Amino acid sequence: MSALPLVALVGNPNAGKSALFNALTGARQKLGNYPGVTVERKAGRLSLADGRPVELVDLPGTYSLDPASPDEQVTRDVVMGKQVGEKRPDALVIVVDAANLDNHLRFALELIALGLPTIVALNMVDLATRDGLELDAAALSRELGVPVIATVAVRKRGLDHLRTELEALLNGAPAPYPATAQPHRDFDATRQEARRIARAGIVRETPSRRLTAAVDRVALHPIAGLALLLALLFVMFQAVYAWSEAPIAMIEGLAEATATLVRDSLPDGIVRSFLVDGVINGVGSVVVFLPQILILFFFILMLEATGYMVRAAFLMDGIMAKVGLSGRAFIPLLSSFACAIPGIMATRTIADPKDRLTTILIAPLMTCSARLPVYAVIIGAFIPARDIGYGIGLQGFVLFCLYLAGIVGAMLVALVLRLTVTRGASGSFLMEMPKYQWPRPQDILLGLWQRAVIFLKRAGTIIFTSTVILWVLLSFPRVPDGDPASQVDHSIAGRVASGLNVVLEPIGFNRDISLALIPAMAAREVAVSALATVYSIDAGDDEAALEQSLGDRLSSQWPLPTALAFLAWFIFAPQCISTIAVTRRETNGWKWPLFMVGYLFALAYVAAGLTYWTATAMGLA
Amino acid sequence: MSDYPLRLTDLPLRQPAYVDLIDWTSLSATDAQRLREFGLCEGASVEALHHGGLLGRGPIACRVGRMTIAMRRAHAAAVTVRTGPETLGSEPAA
Ligand SMILES: Nc1nc2c(ncn2[C@@H]2O[C@H](COP(=O)(O)OP(=O)(O)OP(=O)(O)O)[C@@H](O)[C@H]2O)c(=O)[nH]1
Ligand SMILES: [Mg+2]
Repeated sequence: MSALPLVALVGNPNAGKSALFNALTGARQKLGNYPGVTVERKAGRLSLADGRPVELVDLPGTYSLDPASPDEQVTRDVVMGKQVGEKRPDALVIVVDAANLDNHLRFALELIALGLPTIVALNMVDLATRDGLELDAAALSRELGVPVIATVAVRKRGLDHLRTELEALLNGAPAPYPATAQPHRDFDATRQEARRIARAGIVRETPSRRLTAAVDRVALHPIAGLALLLALLFVMFQAVYAWSEAPIAMIEGLAEATATLVRDSLPDGIVRSFLVDGVINGVGSVVVFLPQILILFFFILMLEATGYMVRAAFLMDGIMAKVGLSGRAFIPLLSSFACAIPGIMATRTIADPKDRLTTILIAPLMTCSARLPVYAVIIGAFIPARDIGYGIGLQGFVLFCLYLAGIVGAMLVALVLRLTVTRGASGSFLMEMPKYQWPRPQDILLGLWQRAVIFLKRAGTIIFTSTVILWVLLSFPRVPDGDPASQVDHSIAGRVASGLNVVLEPIGFNRDISLALIPAMAAREVAVSALATVYSIDAGDDEAALEQSLGDRLSSQWPLPTALAFLAWFIFAPQCISTIAVTRRETNGWKWPLFMVGYLFALAYVAAGLTYWTATAMGLA
Repeated sequence: MSDYPLRLTDLPLRQPAYVDLIDWTSLSATDAQRLREFGLCEGASVEALHHGGLLGRGPIACRVGRMTIAMRRAHAAAVTVRTGPETLGSEPAA
């Protein structure tokens, strides 16, 4: 299709390929300080010095051209020209970590031996300098037989030079030095050659203080490290409450003011009901949670950017091993706190297929950010905002426990799956541990901004649409004027819910929950907007009811056991349509997504039932 | 300094050592390949940095060359090391 020259970025994981890709193309690919961030091929446009466009592809990192996992397979396919629908790259930019040349040059030599026009980007020279390494790019270039350019991708240093060299390369300029003829060296010979070249490129090496080793003495300590991990998660959920109060109040105030304005300026009728009940109260009830979601993402982004993710995986490996998973699987699972979809995609870095499949199947048990509004509404309505000592808020504590319940549930399910349907060799854990880095504020802000945009887009599209459809189904047929029957009961949706309620009543669910569960399949947050819409319609013109917030209405109408059962349901909640779709894609068929939906439904039902019956038996009202 | 071979799992923390022998046959093909790609080979310098796990069953973090890698004890048990400075220059021809 495109006749543009195609250039591929290749190299070891975490060398800074995506950072370089972003710097060169202006894209905003996800970065993270751990191996395996990029799991698929991404293309972008780069302009050479003369303005000519070039297609640049960012690839998953890999250690050699012998792929061990699905993401590495992609890199191999693209580099070897086996990617369907794509030509072989016209040139390679090999990205190497300046502080780890011995290792990265081995793969670089393997790539150079392919004979494609090649440039080496000697990246992260800033970190190498921090570690007391002084390197000679020209010497490396002489030894490798290809141009070597020092870069600092995140500070956009060395990019012009790189562009110039790339242009020369694509114009067919001969390599500056004759390629050292090395048709096919075996692995060990390549490694020794890499080591020799690395030594030739190192001008000076002064031992320097090792920040990473010092931090790791605590972070990886069996007791202190685990305590730190738990403390981090704990603080994260406390912060979700503590930091969000003011901004939430602001958004709520704004929504209320708008609702009042619309109510006062429009005559009573279907249009007003649509705007107030469906749009403002419905969708607005979800948008209110933007601050909490951003706080959650702030923590996840920080963990990803500092290099802590691999440490968390290290700490959790013992437990993961016991349930038959790779410690590495903890990284996709932790990412699933944001959303199960990138989490499931990230399992591509797991080598063993059974290991990977198990991780995919349990990813939806990790509480994604879409469930946060549901938890938050119920917690806000039923759990008093009280201190339980030491400045710990009860609400944040309950939220922490819900997340923990998801993790524990996931581990138990993994254990069962590994003994039954995904039986096989127990996973292993082999991972490179990156050096710690201070996250750059602009990266974190950009990440938050992207999340905010995604969330608001979701609110404006899928959440809006589902809520509107529900509003329609709740508003028709209209109750005749003067009839005292409830509009909700009279409506199509109300009647469907009454039917569904037969099945859900035993586990303590009421009509409103039944109403909310179906549209929540589209996006979990819709459970909240659906409830808001139901109550908004129910309230009608009743002044007192209109004054109440969603939380007040819930706490006055639901018995506590019902609320707790609803929370328990959402720990295991059947996941959203997009998760099912991505599972289908990643497992190549319908078998596993159907299995996943089935077992999650069953678990959710049982968990909600047990919670309801226990709470009722304990006399909680 | 004593220079008798011991398993990487038994190597005291932060004691410089080098790899004496690796029992590749006890590792799965994928794991063996990945360890090789991490630069683990006879003669490479290693240093055990951290032992994970509450009951001594967790993974081990060690430095191999310039890299820090995490592996399970089963992998580390396949690696025999000798304490002392590395001997890569006089790497045994395999
Ligand atoms: N200090 C410094 N950090 C860098 C540089 N380039 C990238 N980074 C950081 O290194 C980490 C890894 O960068 P990525 O671009 O995600 O690495 P990658 O090669 O795409 O990694 P994979 O997608 O996992 O293969 C990120 O935290 C970046 O912010 C650099 O030149 N200097
Ligand atoms: Mg990347």
